[in-house]
Amino acid sequence: MADRQASQPAPDSRAGQRHRGEDRLAKALGWFSIGLGVPQLIAPGYFNRLIGVNDSRRNRWTTRAVGIRELGGAAGILDRPRPSGFLFARVVGDAMDLLMLQAAMRRKDNPRRRVMAAAAAVAGVTVIDVIASAKTSRSSDPTTEGGAVRARTAITVNRAPEEVYGYWHHFENLPNFMAHLKSVEAKEDGRWRWVANAPLGRTVEWEAQIEEDIPNQLIAWRSLEGSDVANRGSVRFAPAAGGRATEVTLELAYEPPGRAVGAAVARMFGEEPLQQMKDDVRRFKQVMETGEVVRSDGTPDGTRSQRQLFQSEGQPAE
Amino acid sequence: MKATCWMGVHRVKVNDVPDPRILNDRDAIVRITSTAICGSDLHLVGGYVPTMEKGDILGHEFMGEVVELGKAVTNLAVGDRVVVPFPIACGNCLSCERGLYSLCENSNPNAGMAEKAWGSSPAGIFGYSHMLGGFAGGQAEYARVPFADVGPIKIEDDSLSDEQVLFLSDIFPTGYMGAEVCDIQPGDTVAVWGAGPVGQFAVASAYLLGAERVIAIDRFPYRLQMARDKAGAETLNYEEVDVREALRDLTAGRGPDACIEAVGLEAHHGSGPINAYDKVKQAMRLETERPHALRQAITSCRNGGTVSIMGVFGGMIDKFPIGSVMNRSLTIKTGQCHVQRYMRPLLERIQSGEIDPRFVITHRMSLAEAARGYDMFKNKKDQCTKVVLSP
Repeated sequence: MADRQASQPAPDSRAGQRHRGEDRLAKALGWFSIGLGVPQLIAPGYFNRLIGVNDSRRNRWTTRAVGIRELGGAAGILDRPRPSGFLFARVVGDAMDLLMLQAAMRRKDNPRRRVMAAAAAVAGVTVIDVIASAKTSRSSDPTTEGGAVRARTAITVNRAPEEVYGYWHHFENLPNFMAHLKSVEAKEDGRWRWVANAPLGRTVEWEAQIEEDIPNQLIAWRSLEGSDVANRGSVRFAPAAGGRATEVTLELAYEPPGRAVGAAVARMFGEEPLQQMKDDVRRFKQVMETGEVVRSDGTPDGTRSQRQLFQSEGQPAE
Repeated sequence: MKATCWMGVHRVKVNDVPDPRILNDRDAIVRITSTAICGSDLHLVGGYVPTMEKGDILGHEFMGEVVELGKAVTNLAVGDRVVVPFPIACGNCLSCERGLYSLCENSNPNAGMAEKAWGSSPAGIFGYSHMLGGFAGGQAEYARVPFADVGPIKIEDDSLSDEQVLFLSDIFPTGYMGAEVCDIQPGDTVAVWGAGPVGQFAVASAYLLGAERVIAIDRFPYRLQMARDKAGAETLNYEEVDVREALRDLTAGRGPDACIEAVGLEAHHGSGPINAYDKVKQAMRLETERPHALRQAITSCRNGGTVSIMGVFGGMIDKFPIGSVMNRSLTIKTGQCHVQRYMRPLLERIQSGEIDPRFVITHRMSLAEAARGYDMFKNKKDQCTKVVLSP
């Protein structure tokens, strides 16, 4: 059990603090929306006079509508663990408000100074909204942290741990189910040479060595200095279904070439690290249980997220 | 080869397409001798199931002759006559080991798509959208059958015609499982919503499993007549009677011990305005199904009884009477049929003469006429209940 606990990713305390900070900012903006939305909704006339807008019947309804928008946004921000979408909606709302205030400024009968003050206040809030929206959307992807990609997934394989561990331990087998790997070959002194496909038809290579190897339980490896892609990984095997099956947990961490920019570019080519890992372990299960990677007419290459995005029609290929 | 292709909502066409090839070592290629149109094909053709692609070959009820085998298939030989079950199942995973073949963990290469819609993925199915694998279907001259060492059942008895064994691929086991999961006790009364092909087999199976009375519910007199004359049911036409009241009358106030829903997501309601209300909501995607029969099956069931859902559902329903389920201790049983589990025992029942599945067939035509077959089946033309196609 001890090594299972050790396998939990150590919480990065710095990142944790940052998350909490962003969280507080988002929450504050949510409450700010409530503070604005409630008077807009229940006292639109008073509100209009306060910001210097002509208190017509039509403007009262506009103000009420803005109030409803504010309360909706507040509910979204306060309700969600990751409110980045609703924070972005706030930015859009700010732009809307600024346009409306600009229109109000053009009208001669509105007290200009009050409208200007209101516009300045909105502009200030817009800056805060933009910052909060950018921060939360950046940190809303759990697999990236400062450009490094980290992901973890698990699957149950209906084979005994000895068999599952044995297959994985032959690293030459990994390309059979890891779609990105071209080859893994053993070198002298316990090193392994990995070759992987990269976007735009390129390949990347690295050498890795096994860091930890507990038969039928754990294999951990790490790339050596000078690799194209610095990376490490571990796979854990735990008995399930009374020892007839195995829970396989895979963790990978790597720094894509070009770090954050590289990861973003890779994503544009449909490379989602977590989804790829899920596909990889699903294929691993297929190979272990059925002896093959399952193919269909729509997905002739077998389980692979990119193939799932771009399906062939469900009829035999030429 | 010729194959029946989905070309868009309500558009079916027989096209020339490439012949299938072996893609995996455990594949077989089957030359199809008989295939049928299923009620669930109508849901696919009607656009109610997402992830269909133009050109997809339809059909998951088929049988034929093995013409080619992958090198890992050793239990079949070229020339064998086989019926192919509609769920594709590996036979190796924990679900298959438990006999839950339609939940095979390995046969859906697009499992990621199904996970997004449903949380986890069930098995792949022939000709049944891309979220269930993107496999070419069997309304064609040939089909590739994955895991051919597990699914197809060999028919050794040449005295059995195609039509007698074809429905082992889906609708007979589906109707049978619908009744079996109700744990029918001697003396039980079973009600079946939908007198389509699955409903007919659910009626017949409920009797095979010891039910004393079976009541079939539909609105088409010719289908009710089939249920009465061929399957031995009592019948109710829901456009003529209040079903819940009628069932109470027939059971002295208890309600049926088991209620089998064999209708699915395109149910029709006896009341015009209510039917229109759910149709509009479905069209606007406020709900993806029209669940009238399911609601009625639940509210009609005896306290502590079992509701078995065999009709196909794909997404979300509105106004699900969960209060009736919870407070009256109902049990809900459901699932795509685990066909592989039932093929052999049901083949034995056919051989022993306990049932002749041919009674549901109303139309026979060539594969080239598939589009006409779909139209007749969907619109209940010429008293259509089941169409068998011959390539």
